[in-house]
Amino acid sequence: MIRARWPQMLATGVVLALIAFAIFGPLANLFLWAFAEKWYFPNKIPQEFGLTFWARVFSPRGGAVASLGTSIWIAVLTVVLSLAVAVPAGYALARLRLRWRSLILLAFLLPQAVPNLPVYVNIARVFYEIGLNGTVFGVVLVHASHGLVLAVWIASAAFASVDASLEEAARNMGASPWTCFRTITLPLAAPGLIASAIFVFLESLDEFTGTYFVGVPDVTTLPLLMFNASMGGNYQIASITALLLLIPSIAFMLVVERFLKADVLAGVGK
Amino acid sequence: MSDTRAPARWRAYALVAPALAVIALFFVFPLILSAVLAFRNAGGGFTWEHFAKAWDLYQKDLVFTIGIVLLSTVLIGVVAVAIAGYLTLGENKRAVAILRWLYRWPLFIPFIVTGQIMRTFLAKNGMLNHVLIGSGMIEPLQAQSLLDWRGIVVAFVWKQAPFVTLLLAGAMASIEPQHIEAARNLGARRLRVLFDIVLPQVRGTLLVGLVLSFVTMLSVLSVPLMINPNSPTMITVDVAYRISTLSDYAVANALCLMSLVVAAGGAWFYLQHSAKTIK
Repeated sequence: MIRARWPQMLATGVVLALIAFAIFGPLANLFLWAFAEKWYFPNKIPQEFGLTFWARVFSPRGGAVASLGTSIWIAVLTVVLSLAVAVPAGYALARLRLRWRSLILLAFLLPQAVPNLPVYVNIARVFYEIGLNGTVFGVVLVHASHGLVLAVWIASAAFASVDASLEEAARNMGASPWTCFRTITLPLAAPGLIASAIFVFLESLDEFTGTYFVGVPDVTTLPLLMFNASMGGNYQIASITALLLLIPSIAFMLVVERFLKADVLAGVGK
Repeated sequence: MSDTRAPARWRAYALVAPALAVIALFFVFPLILSAVLAFRNAGGGFTWEHFAKAWDLYQKDLVFTIGIVLLSTVLIGVVAVAIAGYLTLGENKRAVAILRWLYRWPLFIPFIVTGQIMRTFLAKNGMLNHVLIGSGMIEPLQAQSLLDWRGIVVAFVWKQAPFVTLLLAGAMASIEPQHIEAARNLGARRLRVLFDIVLPQVRGTLLVGLVLSFVTMLSVLSVPLMINPNSPTMITVDVAYRISTLSDYAVANALCLMSLVVAAGGAWFYLQHSAKTIK
């Protein structure tokens, strides 16, 4: 229809504005807190803005730098461990003949389909007895057991989307299975595998509950630092740390579709 | 291919084995341990006493938890259908593009950050109240803190709705456009098209997204801990309290098993559906 329908366009605009407020209002509130020097009721915005709390967060005593380092180190190790076991599994599930394929796929659904709290609570108890509680390695094991599920699913989807006739052509020309995998299959599946690595990295970076139980008392990741600051009533420190955690999440949200088409992404949860 | 030969078949299992071992050791084993500890008395025999105690102390919280998670799931479904539906059927190209850009911001924001964000946004002196007062919709004296069950629901919906919307919009995009166009040409209104043509075809995806969200929300600790830690609160907070403060693994595990039973209904459906999809 060529004639503009003003009431309808106005209604659309109002609804979009409300959605924008619902999404960005909370984020803006966080942003204000992160730069507030002083903010007392009933002022609508902080009385003073500044960076004093940023200096405090990033000072050695603030612990943000150390926690960020711990978080990134744990996330990197989690990615390495998860992909080391998930890539072979994903390849086998996509390409090789497995008698209990459906059953195996179901096993990889388990950590997504079952509440994780009982797992964290009891793994912490076991780790405590064998001296893994409060160690980086213990936290990595917990993160990897969850991250690897996503990695297996994405990796198997990525391998399945590689054209099998290309592999057959390589094999017919005399390439060994390993050469074929290394030069044909792996490069073609690489974007999906990179996406799964980023997924696992983010999941580990953001993980709270498992670290809360298994990491105590020595492993303080960024989410734990944020939680402690927030529960201690220090909203500036908590908001600054939250902002640090937001950056990778939002960056990933903005680029995710370059790595994964929406239909692959939709297939992840199935 | 040649992998029907016995050695090749073993190779396939060998490739899967390490990943399965990690799941078995660090996921299945602790789950079994949870069940064992919940039913074991001090002498090592079988008992229901931990469940009785857990029920006595926390039945209110169990109902509270189920109520919050169910309500959140329903709201997530409504929001996801509305947004994905508009993305699929909307006629105003610019509005569709703006909405597509808008809705996904919370997609990968972790629960703990969502908790912190909502803790400030929904507080009595938070931005929500300031905006409501500023726009004249409420009087300053009417401003109230939403940091109770409502805060938890808002945080859950804010964080999970984009995820379900993403799944749903993806599924809707793969519907044959002719189906929708045929209905439109016959004069069906957009809402009719959404409910009669589009939704039935993506029902499976919607339910899977909702079940996943249901199970996820059931075991989130950070959001209730930060928004509403006092009784009545969610079971996860009680579990953390039994362990951190009392080292009472028996009652904690009884509570865990109760939430597992709640999730079991959803998980059962989830596995059913995914088994069908895989085939």
